[in-house]
Amino acid sequence: MSPITTLSIAVTALRRNAMRTALTALGMIIGVAAVIVMVAIGHGAQSSIESRIRSAGTNVVTISAGSNAFGPVRQGFGNTTTLTPEDARAITDDVPGIDYVSPGVNTRQQVVAEAANWNTQIQGAGADLPAIRAWSLEFGSFFTEQDVSRAEKVAVLGGIARDELFGPGTDPTGATIRIGNQPFRVTGVLARKGQAAMGPDQDDTVVVPYTTVQKKLLGITHLQSITLSVANGVSFQTVSPRITDLLRTRHGLAPEDPDDFSIRSLEEMATVLTSTTTTMTWLLASIAAVSLLVGGIGIMNIMLVSVTERTREIGLRLSVGARDFDVLLQFLVEAVVLSLTGGAIGVAAGFAASMAVSRIMGWTAVVTGDAVLMSFGFAAAVGVFFGFYPARKAAALDPIAALRYE
Amino acid sequence: MNETPVIAVHDLTKTYAVGDIEVRALRGVSLQIPRGSFVALTGPSGSGKSTFMHLAGCLDRPTGGVYELNGRDVSRFSKRELAMVRNREIGFVFQGFNLLARTSAIENVELPMLYGPPVPARERHRRAAAALEAVGLGGRLDHHPNQLSGGQQQRVAIARALVNEPTLLLADEPTGNLDSRTSIEVMGIFQRLNAERGITIVLVTHEPDIAEYATRVIGFRDGRIRLDRRVLQRRDAGDELRKFDAQGEAA
Repeated sequence: MSPITTLSIAVTALRRNAMRTALTALGMIIGVAAVIVMVAIGHGAQSSIESRIRSAGTNVVTISAGSNAFGPVRQGFGNTTTLTPEDARAITDDVPGIDYVSPGVNTRQQVVAEAANWNTQIQGAGADLPAIRAWSLEFGSFFTEQDVSRAEKVAVLGGIARDELFGPGTDPTGATIRIGNQPFRVTGVLARKGQAAMGPDQDDTVVVPYTTVQKKLLGITHLQSITLSVANGVSFQTVSPRITDLLRTRHGLAPEDPDDFSIRSLEEMATVLTSTTTTMTWLLASIAAVSLLVGGIGIMNIMLVSVTERTREIGLRLSVGARDFDVLLQFLVEAVVLSLTGGAIGVAAGFAASMAVSRIMGWTAVVTGDAVLMSFGFAAAVGVFFGFYPARKAAALDPIAALRYE
Repeated sequence: MNETPVIAVHDLTKTYAVGDIEVRALRGVSLQIPRGSFVALTGPSGSGKSTFMHLAGCLDRPTGGVYELNGRDVSRFSKRELAMVRNREIGFVFQGFNLLARTSAIENVELPMLYGPPVPARERHRRAAAALEAVGLGGRLDHHPNQLSGGQQQRVAIARALVNEPTLLLADEPTGNLDSRTSIEVMGIFQRLNAERGITIVLVTHEPDIAEYATRVIGFRDGRIRLDRRVLQRRDAGDELRKFDAQGEAA
C-alpha cells in the first residue's frame, strides 16, 4: 500500500470521530504548548540577564583585594591592604591591551542634602569610570583627573540617590551635599542603568574621587578594588595571567603563597549565570514534558478503544488481503498523525501563549527553533511509542475471530 | 475433467484447543471442486462447514492434510503468503455484509485493490465502478451503506469480492440477513456470475432451499462429509423473480 493511501486512510478514520480526535489531540496540544512556553520563558530570562550584563560591559575586569592569611587565620576579601594606587598605575603602564583603569574604594555613609538624607554606597573611583562602565551622564559632568589628584570634594549622583535626595527628575548640579559631615559639590547625575545582574541597584550610589574617599572619608592609603576595561579584541584570558604575575611580583609573594587578590570579569559571571538559567529552562521544560507524556497515554487509550471498535473492519481488511503489517501500519500512522497534528497546533498555541505571556506579564519570552523542533519531535516519538502497542494488538487479531466479532 | 480443480483437499483436518478441550472441527475431508462449479455447503452448526470454508478461504491453516488451491499447495503457506492468496484469488461475501461504515460504495469496492500490487487511483476507480455496474449498482457509486437497502449492501459486498477478479468466490450465509425476495435477487447475481464469467462459487448455507440454487450440494456433519449430490431440479433465480413480481401484481 502506498504511503499516501495509508495516510489518507488514517486521516479519514480520524475525521470520522472528529470530537474524540480533537479531545485526544488536546492532550498533545497542551503538552507541546507547555514545553514551548516554558522554554521560551527560560530563554527570555537568559537573554535579559545577558543583556543586563552586557549593559555593565563584558570587557570589564575587576581586581579585588583578596583574603590574607595570618598564620591559620584567614580573612575575607577586601581585608588586605596590599592593593594600592601604584598597582593600578603599574597595570596601566605594563599590561598591554588595557583601555582604562579605575582604582576603587567604597564605603557606606549617610548622605545629607538640604531637604532629605539617604544612606547609600559611596563609590570612590577614578575619572575613567564612565568610560569603563559605558556610563553616560543625565546632567552635568563627571569629575576630572585633576579632581582625583587633588582629592576634591566633588560628587556625581546615581539616579536613585538623586531621586531620594533632591526629588525625581531634578538637576542638582552645583548643589552641596554632606557626606560624613563634609560638604561635597554635586557635579552631575549619572544616567540610569538599572539593577545589576546580581547585587544592588547600580543607580543607588554616589561616586566621588577615590582619593577623596581614602583621605577624607576613610583615612586609608590602600585600595579595595581596581576596575579596568580590556581593549576590543583582547580577551580576559590573556590579560588575567599578566595582571596576576605583575601583582604577585609587586606584592612580593613567594611562589607557594596564594594570591592576595582575585580577578573576575563580567564575561565570566555571564557564563555562570547563563548556565544557571539554562538549567532552569531544562527543568521547566521537563516538567512540561510530563504533560506530553500524559497526552501520549491519552492517545494509547483512544487507540485501544478504536482497535476494539473496529475489530470487524480489521477482520474485513485481513480477508481482502491486508497483511499484519498493513494493519499495524494503519493504526500506527493514525496515532502518529494524531500526535503530530496535536503537536503542530501545540506549536502554534505555544507561540501565541508565549506572546501573551511577554505582553501581559512583561517578561521576555523567546520562542526558539530548537524548542519547536524538540517538542515536535517528542510529539512524534510519543505517537510512535504509545501507538505501537494498540497497533500491534490490531495486527495480531485472528481474521476469523475478528470477522465474527460482535 | 482434465483441468486442475480450483479446490482439491485431501484428508483435511482441523483441531482447535478451547481451553483444555480439543475440538476436532474437521476430521478428514477429501474433496475436489472443479473450475466453474457452484457448490453449496450445508449442515447444522458445528458440522464443520464454516471451518472448511475458512480453510478454503485461506483465513486459517489446516492442522493436517493437503489443500491445493488452483493446483498450488497452500496448506503450509506463511501468513504473509496467505494474505496475498486471499487478495488475488479469493473473494469473500459475508452474512453481515461487512462494509466500511461512512464510506461510499465505490470506496468499499476499491478496498481490495489497496492491498494488492499497486493500481493507479484512476484505474482503481474504473474497475470498482465496473464491478458495481455488474451487480446493478452503477447508479449508486457514492451512496454510503446507511443509504442502501440490505440487498444493495450485499451487492456492494459482492462487487468488492469480484473486483480483483478472483477464481473463487466464497459466500458465508450471504442471504442470512435478507428477506426472501432480496435473497432470490442475490442468488440470481451469483447464478449469473457463475454462468457468464465461470467464477467458481462456494456457498455456505443452512437453508436447504437456498442450496437448491447451486449445482452441487455437499453436506457436513461432525467434521466429515456425509452427503455429496448433484442438484437435480435446480432453482433459477431469474425465473422465480419474474414469478414473484407477477404474483405481487396479481395480489
